Amino acid sequence: MAVLELQRVSKSFGAIRALEAVDLKIEEGEVVGLMGDNGAGKSTLVKIIAGNFPPTAGTMLIDGQEVHFSKPVEARRKGIEIVYQDLALCNNLSAAANVFLGREIKRRLGPIRYLDHKAMYERAGEIFGELKSETRPRDLVHRMSGGQRQAVAIARTRLSDPKLVLMDEPTAAISVRQVAEVLDLIRRLKETGHAVVLISHRMPDVFAVCERVAVLRRGKKVADKPVADSSPEEVTALITGALHEA
Amino acid sequence: MSESAERRSVTDISDVTSQQSSTGLQRIINTQPFWVFVALIIICVFMGTISDTFLSERNLFTTTRNFAFMAIVALGMTTVIVTGGIDLSVGSVMGLSGIMAGITLAAGYPLWLGLAACLLSAMAAGAVNGFLIAYLRMSPFVVTLGMLAIARSLALVVSNNRMFYQFGPDEGLFLAIGGGRLMGLANPVWALIVLTLVFMWLYRYSTWGRHVFAIGGNMEAAKLSGIPVERVLMSVYMVSGLMAGIASFLMVGWLGSVTNALGQTYELQVIAATVIGGANLMGGSGYAIGAPIGAALVEVIRNSLLLAGVDPYWQGTFLGGFIILAVLLEKIRGRRME
Repeated sequence: MAVLELQRVSKSFGAIRALEAVDLKIEEGEVVGLMGDNGAGKSTLVKIIAGNFPPTAGTMLIDGQEVHFSKPVEARRKGIEIVYQDLALCNNLSAAANVFLGREIKRRLGPIRYLDHKAMYERAGEIFGELKSETRPRDLVHRMSGGQRQAVAIARTRLSDPKLVLMDEPTAAISVRQVAEVLDLIRRLKETGHAVVLISHRMPDVFAVCERVAVLRRGKKVADKPVADSSPEEVTALITGALHEA
Repeated sequence: MSESAERRSVTDISDVTSQQSSTGLQRIINTQPFWVFVALIIICVFMGTISDTFLSERNLFTTTRNFAFMAIVALGMTTVIVTGGIDLSVGSVMGLSGIMAGITLAAGYPLWLGLAACLLSAMAAGAVNGFLIAYLRMSPFVVTLGMLAIARSLALVVSNNRMFYQFGPDEGLFLAIGGGRLMGLANPVWALIVLTLVFMWLYRYSTWGRHVFAIGGNMEAAKLSGIPVERVLMSVYMVSGLMAGIASFLMVGWLGSVTNALGQTYELQVIAATVIGGANLMGGSGYAIGAPIGAALVEVIRNSLLLAGVDPYWQGTFLGGFIILAVLLEKIRGRRME
């Protein structure tokens, strides 16, 4: 059964049709690349899946059950975690504090509940270990490299053992060596059975880690095929419209 | 593979824990309150050598009491500034809540009712600030500037420009709480010590404190993480009002009378103490211990200038200069970090 299935999902903003009858199916443990030029509807699609706003038409199923999200928290409860484009981290807090932000581990002493720093440092350290990242739980995010920040953002998704991780341009603003680190992180998510949707502009990244690539152009899905049967040239042609459909 | 990954994560943790113990002291040395504290000690030693009165028990007693009021308000201000806001209304809120306490007690009501009138009116003013800032997304500067005028005017309206100096059946207790002493320290200083410990705990161990710092660091991220940003922001301004109310209650008891001018221009000293204590006006960083240390420095310098015979008219110049200097130092430090 598909972890996530979109059936003829459309979204209009007034007269603008951002998405038109998009079908998309993500299986368990699958890494799917979602590509498209600026304004093709990628962000709209991500926001619908993340629960930022509902689709105008169409249905969304998780594990075969129809869902309606009105808030991001509801999507998270259903096992969807999002790594945002700008990473959405607090620079002034430690790596561990960011990982647990909004989901802090607490201990109870009589009526008083207080933050369990030790448990959070340890658990964050374990997650970074699993991700094979050099990130240290006590370091402030503000002194971290792009790759380390990415690891913190991804570590956040590991707290709840989600079914699906949506990553919005995770390699957009980081150095080449850090890109390799992030791609490793994505492979690690796959190894542990998490489905990943990778939204990216960068062709090599998609071809390095994804099994399948879906291409959006002007709100329509124009291709959805295994990476092995495609090529960067073909995908580029699909994105720009030189090739109509594949 | 999984075994090596496990071993690695274990060494990672021990690395981190050992690293933490070696940098514990370093962490303290890297904070602004530490250096301000050092400066404070140097000034005290210097003043002690050139003035006989400075280190006298009497002068120390009055100095610590004077900065206790300021520091209590600065604890609330620090919290507001950590979220990236500012509360210009604290002085006026002290005036309003002091009048509320005075008028309630003067009418013959018991002390607890006077205290309730004082703290509730102060928190109500904070709640109005917080609501407009958190839910209507208005600028903290403008909202609290408006409240500065409103609360002062309400104090005038309520008091009808009268002075209150008779505080009903519990007068003795009321004056003793604000004006008395315990084991050599003025009561407001004890209140400050307790409140500072409470705020240190809140900043470090409460979810609320964690969320306050997260909002100051990146409000969007805090929101996406599911933190109730509006509720936390509103509570922060209510806490600021509450601290102004507590300081006002103690101050009126110490002074033995209250007029609507109580706390006038106090916001300036409080903001100076907060900024000198290491709170960053851009939000995201601040220290509970910075409030008493910053307030102590402001008061000690004021006291030293008086003892040195400097014309008191100069005090505003020094105070303003220190605010600007503290922000300048913060800027230089921030640049060096990048």
